[in-house]
Amino acid sequence: MPRNKAGQPWRVIPGFGLTLGLTLGWLSILVLIPLASLFVLASGLSWEQWRTILADQRVESAFLLSFGGALIAALINAAAGLLVAWVLVRYSFPGRRLVDALVDLPFALPTAVAGIALAALYAPNGWIGQVLEPLGLKVAFTPLGAVVAMVFVGLPFVVRTVQPVLADIDREVEEAAASLGANRLQTFHRVLLPTLGPALLTGFALAFARAVGEYGSVIFIAGNFPGLSEIVPLLIVVRLEQYDYVGATAIATIMLVASFLLLLLINGLQRWNRDRLARSDA
Amino acid sequence: MPRRPAAAALGPAVLIALALGFLALFLVLPLLSVLTQAFAKGAGAYFAALTEPDAWTAIRLTLLVAAISVPVNVLFGLVASWAIAKFDFRGKSLLISLIDLPFSVSPVISGLVFVLLFGLQGWFGETLRDHGVRILFAVPGIVLATMFVTFPFVARELIPLMEEQGREEEEAALVLGAGGLRTFWSVTLPNVKWGLLHGVLLCNARAMGEFGAVSVVSGHIRGLTNTMPLHVEILYNEYDFVGAFAVASLLALLAVLTLVAKTTLEWRLRDEIAALRRL
Repeated sequence: MPRNKAGQPWRVIPGFGLTLGLTLGWLSILVLIPLASLFVLASGLSWEQWRTILADQRVESAFLLSFGGALIAALINAAAGLLVAWVLVRYSFPGRRLVDALVDLPFALPTAVAGIALAALYAPNGWIGQVLEPLGLKVAFTPLGAVVAMVFVGLPFVVRTVQPVLADIDREVEEAAASLGANRLQTFHRVLLPTLGPALLTGFALAFARAVGEYGSVIFIAGNFPGLSEIVPLLIVVRLEQYDYVGATAIATIMLVASFLLLLLINGLQRWNRDRLARSDA
Repeated sequence: MPRRPAAAALGPAVLIALALGFLALFLVLPLLSVLTQAFAKGAGAYFAALTEPDAWTAIRLTLLVAAISVPVNVLFGLVASWAIAKFDFRGKSLLISLIDLPFSVSPVISGLVFVLLFGLQGWFGETLRDHGVRILFAVPGIVLATMFVTFPFVARELIPLMEEQGREEEEAALVLGAGGLRTFWSVTLPNVKWGLLHGVLLCNARAMGEFGAVSVVSGHIRGLTNTMPLHVEILYNEYDFVGAFAVASLLALLAVLTLVAKTTLEWRLRDEIAALRRL
């Protein structure tokens, strides 16, 4: 590679220093420094403060609902998302492209709108609530309502990660399995699921991460009873409204660390996913 | 091929019905419910709710916030993707991960960090108060929080696209004597225009619809710092359901239009990338 006087590789394209500098500068001002301020404040808390804030029954149950609810919602999304992706890739039916486009609705619909719409649907006098009420099933204003909202916001993730992988699978492999005597369940289990595994896991993790931090769509339907149907992001808002900045900071820090760990996991999963796709292309 | 038993043909129909049922339950019903609730007391009540002064202020504020944060996002996206896609340097994948960071932060925390910085007890709180600058519970705070949550949208759209397109065309233009800016305007920008538009659409939808982050920094001052989603919340909590769903129906319309435009663009983009791969 040709080099300039300073010994750096010679480049035809200009603007490296300027664009990288602007990128790093804006990234630091808008994202990194504000996030760092949270950690700096949290590091000033004593062990005693952490203990009192986190040993609270209300805090514990909020974490249980945010993470437990997100887990259930992500599991539902994994199953339903796989089904939807399968139907969209493998079958043709009238309106398929419309349905395909509709899957992204939760990305485009503001969370507050989703929240009040779901609350209206699942309220005891709502379209779905009316049906569930006689069955003794209460969704709105219970933890179950939070799970329903979390399913809504996480819905596109599994579909969109599984869809391209499913479209890429050679149907000959399935036919080979079938001709070797595997029944459909065995083919699904032994051939499809291992190939789809990384994508399915990635989608599951993305849906889970989104649901854990979700606020707008959950608070309208969950009823927000402290210790019962209150999620962690709402608890942070409550602490702020009480001017309890220390409490809000501590709870937010735990959430943020959890999100970063999830992000690392997702990055790893995506790399695994890409590598497998690349290998199947080769 | 062995003759398929009738039961096997039934399989796809059952699966399609199950999938469509699930989507109808979770996607179509909420959309329909927004519309029916908004018109529950007739078209007159619907339009009255939309022309109410506080609703108007909310609509104007939402448009203002989007009009500031989307162009900033476009500029940043273009600059960042130029640096990342056109040059090689160490730490590139770390930089990409950092740009994506706001996506994995809970919206409430995205608002909280600005309260911690600019609130009265925050780092810059007293300095700002002494100089009479209001960021929190005012428009600047709302814009900052919106820019934070939309930060990755355009960049993450353009980076893979520009990487896929390579550097040869720019290098050719430059060697033939075009300047850097001219190369960008007449080579790079036309190449990425559909991807850019795709990013702008998603960024705009999020900017106009953001709730959590904006709710933390806005202070909910009616007729002053309420964006449309916040106005929806206030009306809903006051049991003004027609009002809440009327404003919500505008946001739902925005979402549907975004989806339509996005899907059209994706078909275009797919054709273009396919054409690129054939070369």
